[in-house]
Amino acid sequence: MKGVEVTVDRVTRSYGDFKALDDVSVTIKRGEFFSLLGPSGCGKTTLLRIIAGFDYPDQGSVLFDNKDILPIPPDKRQSNTIFQTYALFPHLTVYENIAFPLRLRKLGKEEIDKRVKHYVHMVQLDDHLYKKPSMLSGGQKQRVAIARALINEPSVLLLDEPLSALDAKLRQNLLVELDDIHDKVGITFIYVTHDQSEALGVSDRIAVMDKGKILQIGSPYEIYEAPATRFVAQFIGETNIFSCTVLSCEPFENEYMIVVDVPALGTTINVPDLEPQEVGSKFDFTVRPEKIRVTLNPPRSTAAGLNVFKGVVEEPVYSGFQSKYYVRLDDIPTAPLMKAFKQHTAFLEDGPDIEWKDSVYLSWTAVDGYLVKDVDQ
Amino acid sequence: MKKKVLKPAKREQLLGMLYSFPMGIWFTVFFTVPLAIIILYSFMKRGLYGGVEYSFTLEAYKQMINPSFAKVLVRTLWISAFSTILCVLIAIPVGYAMAKSKHQTLLLFLIIIPFWTNSLIRIYAWISILSTEGFLNSLLIRLGIVKEGLHLIYNNGSVILVLVYMYLPFAILPLFTTIDKFDFFLLDAARDLGATKLESIVKVMFPNIKSGLSTAFIFTFIPIFGAYTVPLLVGGKDSTMIGNIIVDQVSKTRNWPLASAFSMILTIASLIGVFWMLASAQREAAAKNKNTPQAYEQKVRAHHRRGKR
Repeated sequence: MKGVEVTVDRVTRSYGDFKALDDVSVTIKRGEFFSLLGPSGCGKTTLLRIIAGFDYPDQGSVLFDNKDILPIPPDKRQSNTIFQTYALFPHLTVYENIAFPLRLRKLGKEEIDKRVKHYVHMVQLDDHLYKKPSMLSGGQKQRVAIARALINEPSVLLLDEPLSALDAKLRQNLLVELDDIHDKVGITFIYVTHDQSEALGVSDRIAVMDKGKILQIGSPYEIYEAPATRFVAQFIGETNIFSCTVLSCEPFENEYMIVVDVPALGTTINVPDLEPQEVGSKFDFTVRPEKIRVTLNPPRSTAAGLNVFKGVVEEPVYSGFQSKYYVRLDDIPTAPLMKAFKQHTAFLEDGPDIEWKDSVYLSWTAVDGYLVKDVDQ
Repeated sequence: MKKKVLKPAKREQLLGMLYSFPMGIWFTVFFTVPLAIIILYSFMKRGLYGGVEYSFTLEAYKQMINPSFAKVLVRTLWISAFSTILCVLIAIPVGYAMAKSKHQTLLLFLIIIPFWTNSLIRIYAWISILSTEGFLNSLLIRLGIVKEGLHLIYNNGSVILVLVYMYLPFAILPLFTTIDKFDFFLLDAARDLGATKLESIVKVMFPNIKSGLSTAFIFTFIPIFGAYTVPLLVGGKDSTMIGNIIVDQVSKTRNWPLASAFSMILTIASLIGVFWMLASAQREAAAKNKNTPQAYEQKVRAHHRRGKR
């Protein structure tokens, strides 16, 4: 099997007044595990269905290795799909479901048997060959769907929220297996999901979508650490985000130290940036909760540009490996609660417990803050 | 004295019998008794002026063995079969379109509306459309397609046309209900895996709407097989069907035993159809039961036992 490069070029698709896809362009590299991530109704499934051939764009084109595939009907495309609802044929056994594409191609009995057994083994369903889909668990159904989609040896595998119907533990296991299968078959995977942790975990690159547009394309790291828009920052993980205005901009080491005014916090914050920013321009300032230290005593660090706030823990949420603290700031009680997450490490190094109504210091070094430039609201 | 207490299950059973009593009476009086009379009459001697004489004979069945009746029976069979197949073939795409439509209620309504008009009136409407000076012919003449009126009526073709028209809803309704429950993503999946449009429908949709298909066949075949007004009014002299013979034997020739014997054929044919439908429904249910994990485990255990022996 060999992957292809998938190019989506200025694709627009409307249903009546609703623009499901609005001038979307993206190039997915050969053999890449690429995720389309966004809330429901963002257009990600429409884009997948257009690539699969079940839907047709009003404008734009879709190319596999620079060849226009839009005139090709779905049964002749080099792509296969794993559907959200599995779409297994209820009247056929596991074996016959997986053999279905081969029977259509009228392959010989032995050839079919050999290939079916190979893929059944790959998804570990050897013991369930002659069961009907109604007898299988959700995870097993999903495996059948995977084997059935791979047996035609497609160049692109399209996955439409394949794990959304499974429980959390199983989802994690199957996700690792999918990643494993991707490494084995080496074809292009296009994975549609609304679950950011799934996307971050397995993707080579992610496109974050909202309202029919792609807001940002990047590696999981880039998407998380350097969100392009306010929506991306809020959709991926949790974050503290505030509108701000640039007050000053000074060179600092190889970057620039920018001081911004954050009206919601009633104060100024230091945040470094790779580029100089004009005084008076508007941005969103964001800092991830896990980057904020929560301490009972004032922080001893004197690093340049350390941001320190004092507040009261309104809501501590303990979840074993970490605690989430929602903190009301002393100086400006009308501000939204600041989120700060503390990772629990070795028991004795963990420091004293922080509890409800404790007075705490929140601090983060300037480099952990980030200016979101594309303000989309 | 100890009061007698019925177990709940027993009580349910008695209540069920009580509730089904009116229905039972209805069926006995208006269905079972007439049917029994027909069966009895078919084994009796013909009365001189209609009616029967109460003595046992197989005369009526012997009379049935007659080349002209055989011809009618064969004709009835092929006209019924052909019309039924046409009805189902038309009903499949219609049911599909209805299941996919946003205006299901409206479409259902449109299909049911003709039932509110007397069937005789609807047949006469067809006569005025098809007759030599009728609507269709005058339209064709006016458009200059033909010079004089075509013989569109009083032949087997017009009988089949009107039969299909009359009984199409009986095929559409059961097909619509099963197709409506069908998961259309399965068609996408089939296409995705390399099936053409036709293959996806034949190999994936048909097996999953089997119950609707067999119901549509039965619901159209049985009434068409016993039809008599349509061949009488729009058929030619070579379009007689069994239903017409029965009417003739009752009202003209006054041979009631023979009419009853022909009715027996219709009844038996219908029963075969109904049993076939019930059997296929049972097979489906059995297949479903076979697909429970418990049943599977049992099967696997049985397999192991056999292996050890």
